[in-house]
Amino acid sequence: MATYRKWYTPYVSPLDPCPPLVPVSYETPVQLYLGFQPTGMKQFSPFEALAHGTLWPGLFTPYTNPYASKKRRHDNDG
Amino acid sequence: MWYYEKKLQYPVRVGVCNPRMAKFLIEQYGGADGELAAALRYLNQRYTIPSRVMGLLNDIGTEEFAHLEMIATMVYKLTKDATPEQLKEAGLGDHYVDHGKSIYYHNAAGQKFDMCIQSKGDPIADLYEDIAAEEKARSTYQWIINISDDPLIKDSLGFLREREIVHSQRFREAVELLKEEQQKKKVF
Repeated sequence: MATYRKWYTPYVSPLDPCPPLVPVSYETPVQLYLGFQPTGMKQFSPFEALAHGTLWPGLFTPYTNPYASKKRRHDNDG
Repeated sequence: MWYYEKKLQYPVRVGVCNPRMAKFLIEQYGGADGELAAALRYLNQRYTIPSRVMGLLNDIGTEEFAHLEMIATMVYKLTKDATPEQLKEAGLGDHYVDHGKSIYYHNAAGQKFDMCIQSKGDPIADLYEDIAAEEKARSTYQWIINISDDPLIKDSLGFLREREIVHSQRFREAVELLKEEQQKKKVF
């Protein structure tokens, strides 16, 4: 099962002007992995489909602000 | 030809009076990777795409207009009750002088929509362009979600972002369809 968010830690210099805000994230949503959609995938009910923006649970890749958790770390550190 | 259904594709609710959000959202209205650019690009490209995937461009291009309408609704709700002073504070002073309370096709930096729409007439070039555009629109929504403090707007933007994912998936499938060997004569 693929993960839909990846993290990496760039080099942090002791001379950087701002406190580091690491690790850095980027999104890798489901369409990068699915290939041609197979037949017979599970479906949401029409109402759920509207709420999710897709008919297919297998295509649903929600997004959350990655800074929400990072900010806290940053504050604790500094 | 189109039929118009007089409702939004997904409900748009705005909970926080923050005209500054309108300035950010306008990027998806009249920006280079915005909904208007997407709609016009797909509906233009569909004529020179193989007929197997023409319908896909037609459908997605049409849906982009429904997204455009959602963005317009958000921007309008955020600006309609703002005083000129509040608009100025939100960085929309230039906009107000030029357009009043009207919304307009320009990006977050105020550059007018300039029709720089890619359409090469080469099916693979066009579809890869479209995949890239969907991923750029997806990331724009992510950045707007990151700077928004309004859960209701975030909900609508989350819907629009998920649609970009589905569109990207469908364009990737269109590429696979065009890559398939068609009516290949078997030579023994």
